[in-house]
Amino acid sequence: MLTSIALVLFIGSRGLTLFKTYSPADFFFGTSWNQTTHTYGVIPLLYGSLMTTFLTLLVSVPLAILVAIFMVEVAPGPIRRVMRSTVELFAALPSVIFGLLALTFIVPWVRVTFNAPLGKGILPAAIVLIFMVQPTIVTITEDAVRNAASSLREASHAVGATRWQMLSGVIIPASRQGILTAVILGLGRAVGETMAVQMVIGNITVRIPKTLTEGATTMPAAIVTQLPEAADPQTRSALIMVGFLLLVIAFGLILAVRTVSGRSGKSTKPVKSEMPSQ
Amino acid sequence: MNSNQTNGSATPSAKYVLEVDRLNVHYGRFLAVRDIELNIERNKVTALIGPSGCGKSTVLRSINRMNDLVDAARIDGQVRFHGKNIYDADVDAAEVRRRIGMVFQKPNPFPKSIYDNIAWGVRVNGVKKNMDDIVEQALRGAALWDEVKDKLKQSGLSLSGGQQQRLCIARAIAIRPDIILMDEPASALDPIATLRIEELMTNLVKEYTIIIVTHNMQQAARISDYTGFFSVTPDRTGYLEEFGPTKQVFTSPTSQITEDYITGRFG
Repeated sequence: MLTSIALVLFIGSRGLTLFKTYSPADFFFGTSWNQTTHTYGVIPLLYGSLMTTFLTLLVSVPLAILVAIFMVEVAPGPIRRVMRSTVELFAALPSVIFGLLALTFIVPWVRVTFNAPLGKGILPAAIVLIFMVQPTIVTITEDAVRNAASSLREASHAVGATRWQMLSGVIIPASRQGILTAVILGLGRAVGETMAVQMVIGNITVRIPKTLTEGATTMPAAIVTQLPEAADPQTRSALIMVGFLLLVIAFGLILAVRTVSGRSGKSTKPVKSEMPSQ
Repeated sequence: MNSNQTNGSATPSAKYVLEVDRLNVHYGRFLAVRDIELNIERNKVTALIGPSGCGKSTVLRSINRMNDLVDAARIDGQVRFHGKNIYDADVDAAEVRRRIGMVFQKPNPFPKSIYDNIAWGVRVNGVKKNMDDIVEQALRGAALWDEVKDKLKQSGLSLSGGQQQRLCIARAIAIRPDIILMDEPASALDPIATLRIEELMTNLVKEYTIIIVTHNMQQAARISDYTGFFSVTPDRTGYLEEFGPTKQVFTSPTSQITEDYITGRFG
């Protein structure tokens, strides 16, 4: 806790030096980022980050819940083991490999399907992120669902519930805390992922993209592509300020998710069930 | 499932609500219980007792098809409920479990409010009307109403162990089953909570038929009308050694093994 406060303070103090020479309003509301003209509007970066994260979670959370339920409730043992190894493999892939795969498969597909000249942009970035956050979200969601199922499966069946009624009425609500944790960790990865996103998003910082298939950028991608070329101190502090904003946003999103789900979530330490005594 | 089936093997018996007929249960290749014959009388408490690993719970869980949830379980023989074999292909397991409720060893309320713990089970069975009355009746039936009537919105998990178990009983009776199966319902409770559950059972049996598995022989002697004593063969297969009116089984057992067990010589 103390470390994270120190971290935020350090980055914040370095980044805030930007505002000695640059207006905060132009930073926060500027719609173009161009270091050759010393324009540091953060909106294109912010938009890219939030949009990729939103699209990623929009698909990957429901998908992960379905996969987790399939693994716990439907898949027979051998299939479950294969699925789990696959998930683990995905978790272990370096992000540059995801980027390479995305450049090879997703970007050409976007180019053809959406008739986009480059094929780079927010859409391919979100698609690759879906694959990247899936292992985290699936693993944790599966644990939560399995835990809830082990203690509540019999209780649900004993009142004559069908499998679907049990899943939707008892197991998923009871797994809420675990699913939430999974979402937060997935969110963290989606917001912060740099390498793979940087490889497929096009890295256009000078304007807000109008479509999901034209060049865009995210906050981390902008930092990593621009910092090596940042000759003057002002650009450097502007990029550090972006990093600070990224931190604040990541914390803010996590808090938001917690608040939203905490409102209805006054429960549930799953009671560990026991095997039948026979 | 209704009671006037035309199935040839079904001979509905007014006296016996449930007949277990040559029941064999395998877990994988392991024969857990063999040749169980058991007739359960309406509005009576039938206790199943015996040493650990003798198959009492296996038999109990075969009565409402709870063993269906165990992948490796295989059931041979019949369990006839109102004359109809519940393992027939045309029988819906969920419907069986609605008619034959169950209370488990460890209290397992849903992580929902006290109200919803009862209402959910009722709702999944298609009943939506008069829910407040149904919940109240069920809680009264389980002797829990006075303790929880002011906090129905609180989580069922906020109750004490004994209250949780009574909540589970309320949940079971809310859907008006014919039979309630109880798998050592008091083994996780303190003596006072246990006593309350036992009192409750003597009330419930006026309306329901109860089959209880218990390790506690005093409990079986106190509350049951009939007792089945299970034992195990050397290769760990359970079987029913003796079955009869509780008084007879406890005072003049016909089998030496039963006598040894109930007088505390083994087990």
